[in-house]
Amino acid sequence: MIDDAPTHTGTVGELAAGPPPTGYRPGRTLPLRVELARQLKRRRTQVTFGLVTVLPIILWVAFSLAASSPPGSATNLVDLAKGSGGNFAVFALFASASFLLVVVVALFFGDTVASEASWSSLRYLLAAPVPRARLVRQKAIIAALLSVGALLLLPVVSLVVGSLAYGTGDLVSITGESLPFWTGVGRILLAALYIAVNLSWVAAVAMLLSVSTDAPLGAVGGAVMASIVSQILDQITALEDLRNYLPTHYGTAWFGLLSGQVDWGDITRGVFGSLMWALVLGALAIWRFERKDITS
Amino acid sequence: MHGLLRRSLALALALATAVLFAAPANAATAPAVQEQRIDVPAGPGLAGTISLDTSLYLPAVTPAPAVLVAHGFGGSKASVDADAKDLAARGFVVLTWSARGFGKSGGQIALDSPDYEVADASRLVDWLATRPEVQQDGPGDPRVGVTGGSYGGALSLLLAGYDKRIDAIAPVITWNDLNQALFPETAAAGVPPQTTPAAGAFAPDGVFKRGWAGIFFSAGASPGPAQPGTNATCGRFTAQVCAAYTEAATTGRLSPATAALLERSSPATVTNRITAPTLLVQGETDTLFGLDQADANARQIAANGTPVKVMWYSGGHDGGAPDQGVRDAIGAWLDHYLARKGDAPATGFSYAVSSGIRAGATVANSRTVQAPTYPGLSGTAPLTTRQLSLTGDAQTVVTPAGGNPAAITSLPGLGSALGAVGGRLSAATAVPGQSAQFRTAAFADPTTLTGAPRVTVTVSRVPGQPGPAEAILFASTSELAADGSRTLLGSSVAPFRVAVPADGSPVTVTVTLPGVVAPIEAGHSLAVSVATTDQAYAGGTEPAVWRVGVTGGLTIPTVAGQAVSANTVPLGPAIGIGVVLLIALALWVGARLRRRRLTTNAVADPDAPPLEIRDLAKTYKGGFSAVRGVSFTVAQGMVLGLLGPNGAGKTTVLRMLMGLTRPTAGSITAFGLPVAAGAPVLARIGAFVEGPGFLPHLSGAENLRLYWAATGRPTAEAHLAEALEIAGLGASIDRRVGAYSQGMRQRLAIAQAMLGLPELLVLDEPTNGLDPPQIHAMREVLHRYAAGGRTVLVSSHLLSEVEQTCTHVVVMHRGLVVADGTVDDIIAGGGAATFTVDAPERAAGVLGGLTGVHAVQVDGGAVHAELNGTPRASAVRALVTAGVDVASAGPRRRLEDAFLQLVGEDTEP
Repeated sequence: MIDDAPTHTGTVGELAAGPPPTGYRPGRTLPLRVELARQLKRRRTQVTFGLVTVLPIILWVAFSLAASSPPGSATNLVDLAKGSGGNFAVFALFASASFLLVVVVALFFGDTVASEASWSSLRYLLAAPVPRARLVRQKAIIAALLSVGALLLLPVVSLVVGSLAYGTGDLVSITGESLPFWTGVGRILLAALYIAVNLSWVAAVAMLLSVSTDAPLGAVGGAVMASIVSQILDQITALEDLRNYLPTHYGTAWFGLLSGQVDWGDITRGVFGSLMWALVLGALAIWRFERKDITS
Repeated sequence: MHGLLRRSLALALALATAVLFAAPANAATAPAVQEQRIDVPAGPGLAGTISLDTSLYLPAVTPAPAVLVAHGFGGSKASVDADAKDLAARGFVVLTWSARGFGKSGGQIALDSPDYEVADASRLVDWLATRPEVQQDGPGDPRVGVTGGSYGGALSLLLAGYDKRIDAIAPVITWNDLNQALFPETAAAGVPPQTTPAAGAFAPDGVFKRGWAGIFFSAGASPGPAQPGTNATCGRFTAQVCAAYTEAATTGRLSPATAALLERSSPATVTNRITAPTLLVQGETDTLFGLDQADANARQIAANGTPVKVMWYSGGHDGGAPDQGVRDAIGAWLDHYLARKGDAPATGFSYAVSSGIRAGATVANSRTVQAPTYPGLSGTAPLTTRQLSLTGDAQTVVTPAGGNPAAITSLPGLGSALGAVGGRLSAATAVPGQSAQFRTAAFADPTTLTGAPRVTVTVSRVPGQPGPAEAILFASTSELAADGSRTLLGSSVAPFRVAVPADGSPVTVTVTLPGVVAPIEAGHSLAVSVATTDQAYAGGTEPAVWRVGVTGGLTIPTVAGQAVSANTVPLGPAIGIGVVLLIALALWVGARLRRRRLTTNAVADPDAPPLEIRDLAKTYKGGFSAVRGVSFTVAQGMVLGLLGPNGAGKTTVLRMLMGLTRPTAGSITAFGLPVAAGAPVLARIGAFVEGPGFLPHLSGAENLRLYWAATGRPTAEAHLAEALEIAGLGASIDRRVGAYSQGMRQRLAIAQAMLGLPELLVLDEPTNGLDPPQIHAMREVLHRYAAGGRTVLVSSHLLSEVEQTCTHVVVMHRGLVVADGTVDDIIAGGGAATFTVDAPERAAGVLGGLTGVHAVQVDGGAVHAELNGTPRASAVRALVTAGVDVASAGPRRRLEDAFLQLVGEDTEP
């Protein structure tokens, strides 16, 4: 067994007599490239990016296998998706925005601190010492980077797959307007960015749960659950105006970007609502982590 | 100051939330509603009065202009309650009533007859003239507008035509000519060129729209209170209306008497007199009152120089009610022309473009397009049309005997629930052999067809085949996708009746197809279909064969406009975004200032001991006190053992020492600097506490490298090679940590703690999981580490471990320090000695008799005594002399005693 290899005493004694080290600066701890390397080497990061890359191809295969809808039936998004690369990307975004992308964001943010706690590596980082607010900040920046990366990767791959499969025709919006291909590409990427901002509240919920629990699954699941509950409440029309305060209420507002003249109304409201929730929950996450006893 | 900052930020946040999330001004309380019955003359040919059931809605401020809100066919004043409340909230006095023959009003339905329903409404205007709440333009002339949908819309137009006191109207989805609505005829020979987008042919002698007519009639007929002496099938209709319907339904033809009756109920008779500014709202999904009806109203009223605005929305009798945008437009129209509030609404033209794509309830699938004018009205730009060539030879179509089976294109009366599906049904329900198809080339650019297309059709007999004198045909337009799927535009068809020459020569007529708004995608084409049957109409019942062709092409109107989104950037949320970002910035700056203040306060003392713990206590949530007043000092060069049984509080102390948990009381200083979460002095402490913590998917080497990189310190300070040597993992250092054994992880964790050669090394149970040679090597490492001038703190629950490894020891039990000193002192215990003998009692007696010896104790087979200077050998000799056999004699191991006592206590239940 390798375990039986003898322990060498080495030259520690002589070195220990040297001068004490002085190179610590709080502002240099947990550099972004180090945190990025720590996260990129994780299987869940690779699987997530793999899935987001493969999803458009799966959609394309599914569309190819499925029989086309009978003539005369109502046009739906699937029919529209087969029109052009832009339409295909819109479908991919629409199909994944309300759940898959929520899970992706919840995963990157909810798992980041809780998994360190579950591996016990969190206490060594904190004893290094990485200041707690800085740890949350650096981890949030990398989680945001990965989330936005996945959120942009999906439409980009969809555009490529869709353009190869269905050509670079006009993007036809839900309202029946046509946008030239490159305008459509710009709008789709803008829509992905809106979705990213709109999901910032999910990120904040996930981060709050992540610093509160040692179970990564609990943090991710809790954030996804919060999103689902919000979506269910949004279905209850009897709540009327109260629904406007639900963070998922303006989840589909990005469709307003896909017309000749952009409808900024719901987009602005959606950005405001999400940022509001994100600020409150994010501040709560840092406040809580700063004061928490790390017992994991 | 910091608290103040935080409080004011919290306040700002709360205020921003309250202001920006405040519910839309719904503060206006529900308007006061007065119900009353108003008696009006029964009308020509009838004696006495009838009583109308009315409600008056009063706004917050009176006097105010009044609005009459008329209900649709089959409804009552209750069905317009919501609209009335909306308008009352806008500041209007609103009067609603159940029209005669409906609800709780008396009388019989005369179909918006000028003698009855319109006269009734005039009496209501008289009544408003007497009300102090209503603003008056003059004696007996209140400021009043009229609005209403369908039946109520026609009443608005008719009342404005008959009563000069009406100041503004907003009729919704209503008719211009009831003859054409119920007996449409869309074909005419030699029609003039199209000037307005949805101008209908309005030719005489049309085809009976039996589906809608039946629904219309039954809405007034049932439940009908059967009165003696009246026809029970007539319900609440007047005898004339009932007779006209009965005749039409049985013959399918429009008799002159019926035509005269319907004409009196048609706004077309009075539109040349309407001077009240008119907002015409018509639905694009409406097979009852199509866009051609509103087009006729617009043309006729605008010809008087009256301001007219036309709005087409995506709904109608087959779709849905107007959306908020349309309701707001009606409100703005009345605001301006009645209350003189706001700018004059543009007399332009807006239409909704629906894609028909279903993408869930939250995603709008229509957009509103605004054009500066309704083309073709006096003084506006002319209509733009495009001529498209049609391909398709003349085709033979068959009218089946009895007109059955018939194509189903619309489902009258089912409203939005199913009606809109009609267009999708058509392709599946068109009957083979009954229709001729002609199609255009594919569109190169996306085009929005706005209005009624026209096509010139030829119809002739087929020699040797049957056919009556007249052909009844149904023309329609469909959008054809590249894959062949087709969508019937507007879910509607244009019926026409044409006399076909008996000699076999063709008759040529121009058919006006249904008015629609349809976005045609590039690559799609249009198809014109001419069919022999349609379920919704009284078509031909005699078997016939016709030859149908087209000449010329298809003329389609388009209206250029700008898509307007319902919303531009809303101010409130935009400011809100700014406020949120500012608050975030303020929180960040505040946290930074606070951290800077905290870090600059600390001043290091070069002579301070590596670790000094004073009165440290920790009580966890739930009240458990793990540590209760622990004090000890670790000096430079010490290898200090923290000894205690499991649960003594050792790990809790170490956790606080690492800044992971906060002490409840007491203080920890390292090198003279206070230890807290994230304190920079922690960088001088290397720790291994409570087991290793590694990223399992990385190798041991990567873990150490990334850990060091995370400290942000120069790579040169790490001494990675030496640390790896201590770990002694050999080639395994490049395997995943997840695959390591417990001992390997332990050694890697100790190596991690020693990265950077910290001045204070803290190791918690370091020898757990190591085998004897490794333990020995570890001891050697620690001794040499301390010898180099650094300090080591080792915790253990094993006495022998501490004895062999440490120079000093602190014994803890139940959160308290029970012993503290050098290992030698505590082990040697001064002059105390222990003798293992065969006769303890006798030995105790012998020892007690020696000079200076005291504190003699018997403990099983052993005797302890304080020799106090007497050599141990002398004592042994004395014992042997006294006949006591001595098995062993040595220094008393007090530490062991104390420790065993503690552990023993712990193991007791």
